[in-house]
Amino acid sequence: MGKDTTFKARNFNSVGTRPLRPDGIDKVTGRARYGADFSMPGQLQGCILRSPHAHASIKSIDTSKAEKLKGVKAVVTRKDFITKDADPALLTVLDNCMAGKTAFYDGHAVAAVAAIDAKTAKKALQLIKVEYKVLKHVTDVDEAIKPKAPLIDKKCFTSGVDPKPSKASNIAARSEFGHGDVDKGFEKADVIIERNYKTGQSHQGYIEPHACVASYSPDGTADMWVCTQGHFDFRAQCAGILGMDASKLRVTSSEIGGGFGGKTHLWIEPVTLALSRKANRPVKLVMTRDEVFRASGPTSATSIDVKMGVTKDGTITAAEAELRYTSGPYAGSWARLGAMTAFACYDLDHVKTVGLEVLVNRPKTTAYRAPSAPMAAFAVESMVDELAEHIGMSAVDLRIKNAAKEGTRASYGPVYGPIGIGPTLEAAKNHPHMKVKLGKNQSRGMACGFWFNFGGQSCTDLNIGPDGSATITVGTIDVGGARASLALVVAEELGIPYERVKAVIADTGSLGHNDMTDGSRGTFASSLSAIDSCRMAIAELRNRAAQIWEIDADDVIWENGEAKAISKGAAGNSNREPLSLANLAQSAHKTGGPISGHSQIVADGAGVSFATHICDVEVDKETGQTSIVRYTVIQDAGKAVHPTYVEGQFQGGAAQGIGWALNEEYIYGDDGRLQNPGFLDYRIPVCSDLPMIDTQILEIPNPNHPYGVRGVGETSIVPPLAAIGNAISNAIGVRMTQVPMSPPRILAALNQE
Amino acid sequence: MSVLVSSKINGDDIEFVCEPDETLLDALRDRVGLTGVKEGCGTGDCGACSITLDGALVCSCLVLGAEAEGRKIETVEGMADGDKLHPLQQKFLEHAALQCGICTPGFLVASKTLLEKNPDPTEEEVRYALAGNLCRCTGYDKIVRAVLDAAKQMRKTAKKGKTNG
Repeated sequence: MGKDTTFKARNFNSVGTRPLRPDGIDKVTGRARYGADFSMPGQLQGCILRSPHAHASIKSIDTSKAEKLKGVKAVVTRKDFITKDADPALLTVLDNCMAGKTAFYDGHAVAAVAAIDAKTAKKALQLIKVEYKVLKHVTDVDEAIKPKAPLIDKKCFTSGVDPKPSKASNIAARSEFGHGDVDKGFEKADVIIERNYKTGQSHQGYIEPHACVASYSPDGTADMWVCTQGHFDFRAQCAGILGMDASKLRVTSSEIGGGFGGKTHLWIEPVTLALSRKANRPVKLVMTRDEVFRASGPTSATSIDVKMGVTKDGTITAAEAELRYTSGPYAGSWARLGAMTAFACYDLDHVKTVGLEVLVNRPKTTAYRAPSAPMAAFAVESMVDELAEHIGMSAVDLRIKNAAKEGTRASYGPVYGPIGIGPTLEAAKNHPHMKVKLGKNQSRGMACGFWFNFGGQSCTDLNIGPDGSATITVGTIDVGGARASLALVVAEELGIPYERVKAVIADTGSLGHNDMTDGSRGTFASSLSAIDSCRMAIAELRNRAAQIWEIDADDVIWENGEAKAISKGAAGNSNREPLSLANLAQSAHKTGGPISGHSQIVADGAGVSFATHICDVEVDKETGQTSIVRYTVIQDAGKAVHPTYVEGQFQGGAAQGIGWALNEEYIYGDDGRLQNPGFLDYRIPVCSDLPMIDTQILEIPNPNHPYGVRGVGETSIVPPLAAIGNAISNAIGVRMTQVPMSPPRILAALNQE
Repeated sequence: MSVLVSSKINGDDIEFVCEPDETLLDALRDRVGLTGVKEGCGTGDCGACSITLDGALVCSCLVLGAEAEGRKIETVEGMADGDKLHPLQQKFLEHAALQCGICTPGFLVASKTLLEKNPDPTEEEVRYALAGNLCRCTGYDKIVRAVLDAAKQMRKTAKKGKTNG
C-alpha cells in the first residue's frame, strides 16, 4: 500500500486535544525504568579509564596488575575491538569510544574494566599503567587553523576543495552554499557591516548520564539495554564494531532521561559489550557526570565572519559568511549545517556561505538540538539588528521585509513551499509582549530561527486487540511525549477513543530498522507510518465487514470507528447496522484471523520550521548579571498533534538557548583540560533564573503530511542566543559578539566603551 | 566491613546492608530497589536524588547509607496513597510538567517538602525552593504551574477537611 502524503484540510477529533500522556503515571511514581535502572542476574560493573591529557600518543598500556586484582573479570583496550577490514566511518566511531594510538582529548577512553562491584572496578583502573607521550594540543577554533598549529591528524587534507590540498591541516572539510553574486549585491548596498562572532562550546546537559547493560552469550548472540535516541542505529554500529551480525544483537531502549542529540552517538555501549564478551557475564556501565562532560556530547565552539549589505529602504542586497566550527578530533558536518541554516530565514538574491570543519583537542562534537543552527543564527540575527539600527528601521520590519516566503530559493538550495517565517514575524509584531512597557535597565530583543526537520526511515505495526483496542508499535524512541502523539494519531485514524490505543516502543528484534529520534522526525515520520498502518488495517476491517454482510468491500466505508455499508453497488445496504471495531475484532477468528496493519516508509517531505522569539532582559551594569524578565516563543509547528507537549518543546528549547546565551561554556585550561566538568561550574539555568515562557503555536500545514504535521522539537533553541544578544546590546549600548554573555564579558564590553 | 542499617522507608521498617563509604543514594537504588531515586550528578548539584530524611529535604548522594540508621526516609515511591496519586503527581501529569521525566521524582519530593512548610507559596517562592533541582527539558514553566495548582487544590482540600471535621 503506497503512503499517502498529501495534506487534506479536515476537522480533527483526537489530534489537537491535550490528554494525559500514557507513560505519565510510571514517571511520577518512580516506576519508569531509565538506563541505569535495569539490572541482570550475575551482572558485573564496568568502569572506563580516561586520558588526563588533551593530546598524547599512547606508547603502551599494561593491564596485567589490574587483571590480577581479585574480583576483576575482564579488562579491555583497543586491541579487543576490530581493527582491519572495518568500515572507516565505524572505525572513527570506535576510536572515540576507545582510543587507538592517540588520546585526542582530556577524557578520551583508553581502557575499561569489568569487576564484581564498582569499588573493585575503580581500584583496578588505578592499577592500569598507561605510558603517554604528551603532544602539543590545540582547543581554540581559530588557533587550530593557523599554519603552525599542532596537527590533530597528519593525514587530514581538507575535503571539498579542488584541487585537493597537498599539505595537511586541521580543516577537515570545506562546504559552500548560496546563489547569485555577492559582490554585485554588495555594490547595491547603502550600508555594509562586517563582524566576527564567537560562541562557546555547550553541552546538551541531559540529566540522565549515559547508561547501558550488555549481555553477550557464548552462542554469539547478545542483548543490550540502553538509554539511546536510536536503538536500531546503536545495534548496527555496536554489531559492526564487535564483528557481529546485527540481527544477533537485540537492543532494547530504556526510558530516556533527555538526549537533545547527545544520545544519537555511541559512547560506552561497544565497550560494555566487549567487556561482557570477554568476561562472559552481563556488564552494566554508567557514566559519571564528570565523564558525561569530558567525554560525551558537546556542540561546536565557533568563530563566524559575517558580511551583510542593506539599502536605505531596508532591502538586504547581499549576505556572506564564513563559519568555522570545531568538530573535535574527527571530521564532522557541523559547519556544513551552520552554512546551510545561516541565512535560511531570508529571501536573498545574492548569498554565499562557507563552512569549515575544524579539528581540535576537544571531545567529538555531536548533535545538539538543531545542531549548528543556533551559532549561525547568533551571528546573522545579531547583524540583522545592527543593520536595522543603521538605517533607522525597526528590527521586526526589516525582517518582515526580507523574510523568505513560498517560492523563495533557500540559501542552501531548495525552493520553499508554504513556510512560517513571515507569519511568525507578523505574530511577533502584533504580540502583546511587544507593547509591554520596559522598566529601568530593561531592554528588548528579538531574533528568528530555522531548522530543516528530518524525515527518514520508519516502520510501524498496528494490531487490533480482540476487544477492539489498538496497539501501535513503533521503533522511534519517545524523548518527551511521542507515545501520546502517536496514540492520538491512531485514535484519529481509526476513529476510536485515545484511551483505547496503546503506543509501544519495540526492541530491535521486533520491527524493521527505524532511524533515530533526531532532527524533529519522531512524530512526523512515525505518525506518517502509523497512519499507513491504520489505513492498511482499515482496508482489512472493511473486507471483514463485507464478508459478514456478503457484499462488495467497495460498498463498505470506515467512519467514526465503524464499518458502514453504502448503497453504491446494491440497494438496501445502508439499512445494515454498522459494525464497530470491537464487533469486527470479536468475530475476527471467524473471518480470517487477527486484524493488523504494517507500514515501512522513508518519510520524505518533512516541513521546514521557523520561529521568532522576543525577549526582555534586565542588565545589572555593576555586576554584568543579566536577568531574563519576559520571554515569548512563536513557532510554526504545522499541525500540533498534542499542543501541550508542543508548548513544552518551545519552552525547553528556549531555556536551553538562554543557558547557552548567558552562562554555559566549556572552559579549557592552558593544559587543554576541561576545568568545569560538573553542574556546579557548568551552570545550566535553574528554576529561579527563568520567568514563565510564553508560547504561541502557529499551524501552517505541511503539505507533505496527511494531517499537516511538521516537527517541533528543535527550532526553539535557534533564536535565543541572538534574541538575548540583541536585548543585551540594546540595554548596554554595546554590541555583544561573543556567547556566552556571562557577567565578566558584559563588564568587559562596558569597560571598552 | 559492611554495616547493617535499620530505617523506616516510605512507612515500612527496612533493613539493608551497605558499605561504610556507600552513599544513601546507592544503597536505596542497589540494596533496597528504590530506583525512582535518580542519580544525575553524584555531587549534590542536580537534585534528581532528592529524598527526605526525618522530613528534611536532602540529596541522597551526599548522605551515607549508614547515616540512615534509625531515621525516617521518604522517596517518590512513597508519595501516592495506593492507586491514589498525590495531588502534586496528578498536577504534574495534567500540566505536562515532565518531558523525559528523569528529574520528576526529585522535583516531586522537593515540591512536597515546600508545600508542607508553605502551603501558599508565591511563584517566586516556588522558583527559589526548586532551584536545587535541575530540569533540562521543560524550562520549568509547566513545573511551576503544576506546583502552584497543586498547592491551591491542597489548600481547598485542607479547608474542606476542617469544615467537615
